[in-house]
Parts: sequence; C-alpha cells; structure tokens
Amino acid sequence: MGIAALVGSPVKRREDPRLITGQATYVDDIKLASMLHMSVLRSPYGHAHINSIDTTAARQHPGVVAVYTAEDLKGIVGSIPVAVPVGHIAEGMGVRGPLAEGKVRFYGDPVAVVIASDRYVARDARDLIEVDYEPLPAAVDVEKAMQPGAPLLYEDFGTNVVLSSHPDSADIDAVFARTVADGGFTLKARFVNQRLAPMPMETRGVVAQFNKADKKLTVWSSSQIPHLLRNLLASQLGLPQHQVHVIVPEVGGGFGCKLNVYPEELVASFATMKLGRPVKWIEDRSENMAATIHGRDQVDYVDVAATKEGKIAAVKIHGISDLGSYSQIFTDVIMIAFGFPVSCGSYDIPNMHFSFDLVFTNKVPTDAYRGAGRPEATYLIERVIDLVAREASKDPADVRKLNFIQPDQFPYKSAAGAVYDTGDYEPALDKAMGMIGYQELRAEQARRRASGDKKLLGLGISSYIEICGFGPKGTAPVGLYESARMRVEQSGTVMVYTGASPHGQGEETTFAQIVAEDYGIPLEQVVILHGDTDSTPEGRGTYGSRTTAVGGSAVYTAAQRLKEKMKQIASHMLEASVDDIALEDGKFSVSGSPQKSVTFNEVALTANLSNTLHPSIEPGLETTVFWEPQACVFPFGTHICAVEVDRDTGEAKIVRYVAVDDCGRQLNPLIIEGQVHGGIAQGVGQAMFEGVEYGEDGQLLTASLMDYAMPYAHELPHYELSSTITLTPVNPLGVKGVGEAGTIGSTPAVASAVADALNVAHVDMPFKPEKLWKVIHQQ
Amino acid sequence: MSIPAAFDYHVAKTVDDAVALLEQYGDEAKLLAGGHSLLPTMKLRMAQPGHVIDLGRIDGLSYIREESGHVALGALTTYSKIERSDVLRRHFALLPEGTEQIGDQQVRNRGTIGGSVAHSDPAADMPGLVLALKATIVAQGPRGKREIAADDFFLDLFATALEPNEVITEIRLPYLPTHSGSAYEKLANRASHYAITGSAAVVTLAADGTIAAASVVITGASVKPTRASAVEAALIGKTPDEATIAAAANLAADGLELVEDIHGSKTYRAQMTAVITRRALTRAIARA
Repeated sequence: MGIAALVGSPVKRREDPRLITGQATYVDDIKLASMLHMSVLRSPYGHAHINSIDTTAARQHPGVVAVYTAEDLKGIVGSIPVAVPVGHIAEGMGVRGPLAEGKVRFYGDPVAVVIASDRYVARDARDLIEVDYEPLPAAVDVEKAMQPGAPLLYEDFGTNVVLSSHPDSADIDAVFARTVADGGFTLKARFVNQRLAPMPMETRGVVAQFNKADKKLTVWSSSQIPHLLRNLLASQLGLPQHQVHVIVPEVGGGFGCKLNVYPEELVASFATMKLGRPVKWIEDRSENMAATIHGRDQVDYVDVAATKEGKIAAVKIHGISDLGSYSQIFTDVIMIAFGFPVSCGSYDIPNMHFSFDLVFTNKVPTDAYRGAGRPEATYLIERVIDLVAREASKDPADVRKLNFIQPDQFPYKSAAGAVYDTGDYEPALDKAMGMIGYQELRAEQARRRASGDKKLLGLGISSYIEICGFGPKGTAPVGLYESARMRVEQSGTVMVYTGASPHGQGEETTFAQIVAEDYGIPLEQVVILHGDTDSTPEGRGTYGSRTTAVGGSAVYTAAQRLKEKMKQIASHMLEASVDDIALEDGKFSVSGSPQKSVTFNEVALTANLSNTLHPSIEPGLETTVFWEPQACVFPFGTHICAVEVDRDTGEAKIVRYVAVDDCGRQLNPLIIEGQVHGGIAQGVGQAMFEGVEYGEDGQLLTASLMDYAMPYAHELPHYELSSTITLTPVNPLGVKGVGEAGTIGSTPAVASAVADALNVAHVDMPFKPEKLWKVIHQQ
Repeated sequence: MSIPAAFDYHVAKTVDDAVALLEQYGDEAKLLAGGHSLLPTMKLRMAQPGHVIDLGRIDGLSYIREESGHVALGALTTYSKIERSDVLRRHFALLPEGTEQIGDQQVRNRGTIGGSVAHSDPAADMPGLVLALKATIVAQGPRGKREIAADDFFLDLFATALEPNEVITEIRLPYLPTHSGSAYEKLANRASHYAITGSAAVVTLAADGTIAAASVVITGASVKPTRASAVEAALIGKTPDEATIAAAANLAADGLELVEDIHGSKTYRAQMTAVITRRALTRAIARA
C-alpha cells in the first residue's frame, strides 16, 4: 500500500493483535504487591430504611482488614459527581454519597464494603455483615411515580419529580387547528423506550494505590474518561490534582456506562489512603446488571399535525425520563440535552413543542448508553413518520422524501434547536431502497397478505440523523475540546499523546493514519498513546462519537504545526526559502528542484540533536494542541430492515438488513464497518431482545443473562452495508462520527418492520414472541 | 468474578468412590459432572454445598455403544459427542437434533447427558429427549446398580427418583421399530435459550400407514418433563393427516402443571405447546 493512500484505506486495527492473543492488560490484570481486595454489600431491596448495620462479625473474620459504611466516609469522601444538576437535583435531591446512608433506593445500592486479604475472604465476610432493613413500598413505574401518593424516594422534597416543564402551547395548538382546517389530520401516540443494560464484555473494575511517602494516589480504572475521573477523584477526595494519577488500561467495552464516576472508585481510593495498601475491586456480572448505570427508559407522548399528503406541520412531545434512583454524571440531562435537540430527525418540521418530567424511581440510575438521548429521539420521529404515512395511506419512503430537509437548506436550524452542518438525505434512502429491492419486497408483502401466508413480512425504514462531535462552547459545563501532544523524536518516530480515551474505536490506527499520510511516513513510525493522565494532556475522553472528529482534528492540527517547524529546519538545511519547501512521501524538497531534498528522518534528527540546527530555531520537535470545535457534526443515513413474523408463535426474525451510512470522510472503512456492525447489533438488541425488568417491589427480575436477553451472533442478520459521503466544514478532516450511528439507525428500522409485518400502527419494544403473538391474535 | 462459598473438593476415581463419598457426606454433597448448572448456582450462592464430588476423572463413563436391544450412553458423555455421533444419528436422530439446540458449543463441550438428567431442570432439553425415547436410566448406589424407567424418573421440579447416594452411570435407549421418525421443536427463551416450551415426538407407522406408536414429551412449559399421554392416545391407530395431527397436538398442554415467568405466561405456554407439538409431529411423521 502506498503511503499516500493510508487515509481512506481499510488498514487493519493495530490494537487487535494484543487483544486477540490475550496480551492486553485490563484492570483485573493489574496485580500489585500486598494488594487487598474489596467486596461490596448491596441492597437486596428496591427501597428500604436501614435501621442498623452490624459489621462486627465481618471485621472479626480472618483475613478481613477493614469494613466501611457510609459512616466511615462521612466528611472525607464527597458525593457522586453530577455534571449539570437541574431542578431539585441542584438542591441535593438524588445526589448520593458512595455508600447508602439511612436508606437504600435500588436493588444493588451499595451499603458497605469489606476489604480483605483476597477476594474470596472479602466475599465470604460480606455475608457476615448484618443489615437491619425496613422494606418500603417502591416507586417502579415512572408514570405512577409521578402521581401524588406514590412512594417517595426523597421524602423531604415531597415528590419524585425532579423537574417538570410545561411551556405554553397556544402557538403550536393554533398550528394544529390550522392544519386540520386546511384538510390535514392529527394523531397521537405513546412510545416507550425501555430500560437497557449496557453490558460491556468487561465489567467495571478499579485498582487504587496510595503511596503515603509521595502522597500520590494512582487509580487504574476501566473508564472512558481518564482526566475527568482524575479531576473528580481529586475534588471528591480533597486531594490536589497533581496527587491523583489515573491510568486507563485496556477497556473491554464502555458504551457510555464507563463515562461516569462510580461509588467503587471513590471507596477503593478512600480505602487505600486509609490502609496504605493497594485495593482492587472487580465487578461481577450480577453487580454489573444491578448497579452499573442503565440506558434509555423514557416514555414519550406525541401529538402530530400533518397535511393530508403527509407533510408534517407540527409535533408536540411530552417526554418522561426515568432517572432511576440517583443522579449520576449526565442522568438528568440525557433526554433534554441530547435527545430533544435532534427530535426533528432528518425532517424539515417547522413547529416543535416540548414539555417534560424528570422523575426518580427505585431503579438503577440511567445515564449515557450508546447514543444517549439520540436513539430515543430518533425512534420517536421515525415512528411518527410511519404513523403519518399510515394515516395518509402513503408509502413510508415517500413520506420521508416529502419531509426531508433539502441539501440547499444547510446549515439548517431545526425547530428543535440544533444547527445541522451538512446533509443529503434522499440519496442514502434511494441507495438503501435499491440495495434491498424495496419495491419487490413490497410486492412480495402484498402477495403474502393476500394469500394469508404464515410468515408475515414487514419492511421498516429509518432515515436517521445524529448529533456528535461534542462540542462547541456552551454545550457542556466544561469545554469539550480534545488535546494532542505530539513529539517527533530523533529517530523520526512520531509520538502522539491524545487526551481522548479510545476503548475499541480503533483510534490507535486511525490517528496514526492521519499523521503517517500527512508526513508520508510508514504507519509503524507513528505511536499513539492514551489513557494515562500523567503523560497525556488534559483531555475529555471518548464518548458521543466524538473522538475522531474532535481528537482527530487535534492530532491533525498538531501535525500541521510540527510540519511548519520542520519546513523551517529543512529550509535552512537546503538553503532555500521556507515558502518553497514541500513535504511529500517523507521528503522535504524545494519546489522546482526536486533533487534538493532532505528526509523527514534527517530533519527530525537535526531538530533533536541541535548541533547543526540554525541558531534562530528552538531545538526539539514537540507541540500540544487543544482543538475545540465550533459546531457539532450530523452524520446520517438510512437503514432498511425486512422481518418475518411467525403467525403461530409470534417469533420475529430479521431476514434482510441494509444500511447506508454517511459519516463524512472515511479515514478507515474497515473500522467504520466494524462500528456499524456493533452498533446495529446493539440497536437490534433493543428492538428484539433486551429490556431490564423490575418487579413492583423493586426487585430486579432480569438479574442475570439467563433472563436478560442479549443478541447472539446467530440471531443477527447478515448486514448489507454501503455509504454515501457528505463532508463537513466543521473540522479540518471533514469527518463526522460513526460510533453510535448503527445503534441510532437500527432500532427504529426494526420496530417499523415489525409493526409493518403485523399491519398495526405501533408495538412497543422489545419484540418478545408472546407480545407479538398477542397482537396477531388480539389476545 | 462471582465467588462461591467455601467447599471441600473431592475427586472420585471410580463410581464406587463417588458413592462412598455420597454416603459419607449425604446432603452436604453435590456431584460435579460438566458443571454448567451446579457452578453458576454455587457462584450466585444459591447452592452452597459443603462438599463437591468431581466425577470428571472417572474413566470409562463416556461412551456410545450399540448393544443388544439398546444403545448405551455413558453418563459422562458430552453433548458434543452426542451431536456428532453417527450411531445416534442413525438410530435416534432426535437426540443429536435436540442436543444441537442446547446452549452453545462451549456449553456442549462440557455438559453431559448424565448431569442434565440428574439435575432435571424443567426447562432443559435433555430430560425431555430421554423421556421421549423411553430410556432406561442406570444408577449405582451402595447396593449395586438398578435400572429406572425414564417414565418413573422425573418426579418434580429438580426432583428425580435417584436416591441421595446414587450416581447415574448409563442411559439406555431401546431401538425404535422400523418406520419410526422423530423431531424436536423448541420455542427458546431468548436469554437463556432454555425452552419456554419444547416438544419431542417419536412416531412409528404401521404397514398400512396408520400410527402404530407415538411418544410425545413436553419440556419447559411445566415443572417437569411430561409425557403428553392425551396426544399419544389421540394418534394411535389413526391415519396421520393434517387434521388428525392438529387435533392431537391441541391436547399437548392437557394436564400440564404450567409455569410462567417474564418470558411466557401460562396461556402462551399452553398455546405454543400445541403449535410446536403439531410441528414436531408433522416432521416426525414425515421422517417415519
């Protein structure tokens, strides 16, 4: 492969050899001398008073070093950080310490920890802690939890509702009236986005080591956010920031659930500071299901006004966000900050109106899960389009085309608030329709319906957009820039330290492609390092499909800066004007006389050795860039799914799946394909299989993988993938983002196909066989 | 990592060893074969046996042998071995067909027929298959071996006719008459892939094409694998046309002590039991 062709090539991931040969280091691989082990006692109740905790027997158990409860942490360890406290959360409602105090509010709520010589002893001693609970009625159903008389999680506030917003709707109501008067129609719907467990292959885990001599706390954590974790650990433990060092080793999947600061990270840090010995905690799968944040869990009431042709005039959304029991870092703003602004989807909807309730319930806190707000918003508007098509007796593809934002409308300010950078939606839809043979499948569907075929065929389209590349100033309480420190060493090796924290997204490869292509040097000459707060510049981590768009732009910008300096050095070496120096294929040459050249490596050597360097030039080749986006980017695409539903059993099976994704310039199509595959699997998982369920008393019913259904490889369809490419001017690479696109695009496509197969307006997910069977047989 | 409570681990080198250890530790002891049911329950501390007796080192309990009147399977024969057995495919296609639907390949590499039958999980596939094939279960206790008919073996939820000091050593499958066909249909729980309901059917046709014998067993829908006697009775002597099969299959849930959970209500389980029994019968008859 020619060096110049690196960007855009399907370069194999450099991360993979160590991952697939078992040579990667995860948190659980960290083993330190005299390390202690922590086990967490969790609430077996969804809601209960803690009358007393007796830790005597546990403390006396051989091998136990310490047992801690909330009492021990008081005044020493701060609360779990909340980024944007809204409503009553700003007054302290739902802000929790690391261990439950006085009350437990969800099944799995951490109550006490045992620190012991090994993990077996710690686990055994955990059973010796006696907690006197007084069980309370639980608030589980979010809509019931909003009602007066519901069991209260926080009695002092007299309500479970954190924040309620019901702006005046007179203007939009007038649009509804006018639309109807003009011959249009209105419709109403209720959509449930069920609660999901993110379920990374690697559960959470932490090793904390306090060196008393240096007063330095080192924390290894399976996290997406090394620097934020470092900063927040420092603030919540009362340590100066330089005394906290966070190392994120290999992370076996995050999907948003590791974009948080969790109780165990704080308690393990507290314990090592008290005890002077390293403390390790590795979450088991049961804990992961019971105590790591969940995603989604939102109920939407929608009112739509459309012309009789199916052009949408106005949409009113009332969203109810089930926050679970406490606020984690973004719990309270997932729906209102990440979902609502993209509620128009790819459609030019002139009038939008939002109202909402944010509500606590006796369940695990919800927070970011792959897509975070955007899947919910996309699901809503895609389902709305289908309902409008059904009401207007139009094909859903035609109604999409009728409502699409047109290419000449960009940059497009949507009535929901977001400003879209670029887009061209119809070609992606046309391409997907062509690939799947849309018209032929519609004809087949008509034949099957006419003949009463046992296999009901359904087609579903999702023409999604998403917002990513967070973010410009003002989109978060902290600037969401990304950083890159780049050093060209005397050997010519380019060392890149990124503030992003890739954990499966492949940026060790794509970032190297950016640099190697720009410099015309071999990929192997570029080293990408991340995840260590003592060596990487302040960064924001990896989430929200932002790492390539923002972190990649920082890397690219750093590469340009060093290139300029190298050109100056080369100009002295070649005795030519700097303006005449060009870098190509790893050589700096003088324009017009290409035989006059020095190699990239020669310049690197000269810069670093300095003895022959021109006195006007500072020795060394190193720079740090903080790149802050001026706007977000909006990837898009169309997914089309064909399902068959067995009329007798209600079992649904995806028989075809086509996805056309547009994520701007493609740096590495192989990695993009991998991201799309994984994304679709998780989106299909939501539609078909997954759903966290609690009993009325707050017991977790889906407490293991025996009851929580994840998609198996053999249950997923063959993906037929393609793309369109619409560049963005928002960043120098022209890239958007693709980490969450598959998840966002796929769920509505499957949901639409299943409703279409059953020939009904809507069925709530997940599509368990019994649910569909009941719809078919109207039970 | 989930961690079981402390226990003593014993290696049985022979079946006699295992029986002696069972005698010694009584209720405190659990037998370990493939471990796919026992170990997860221990890790969740739902089971906390003081003594675990590992059968895995006993030689000579993993085999599939054609003998006079039956095929004998050693109790430690793994699912993988069963699904790949030409002997079983030739004589009892039901067994490999059903076994292929258990768990995933890793599970099937470890799980054993004896372990599954002894554990008698009501949603497991193997007990239903064994019952449909009218197997004989050979158990060894302190007073030697005895044979238990599968029809007398599965008593209730996780309860069998095994005495606490007995170990299953062999499963015997009597040869089927000519013109026999079989099929297994399962509606799987999408999380565990255990049966919400499963139907194993073995049908033998007479020379005139009527049904000479039928063995139909339902698993998953009820507290134990259960013979669908009403279905069998409705088939015997009949010509196996679509209407006869459907009418018989509609009796599949009769008399079942139905269970329900988040994966299926009693109503759904009853209805689906009829649907999959119809499908199993149709395929079994086509193969007869």
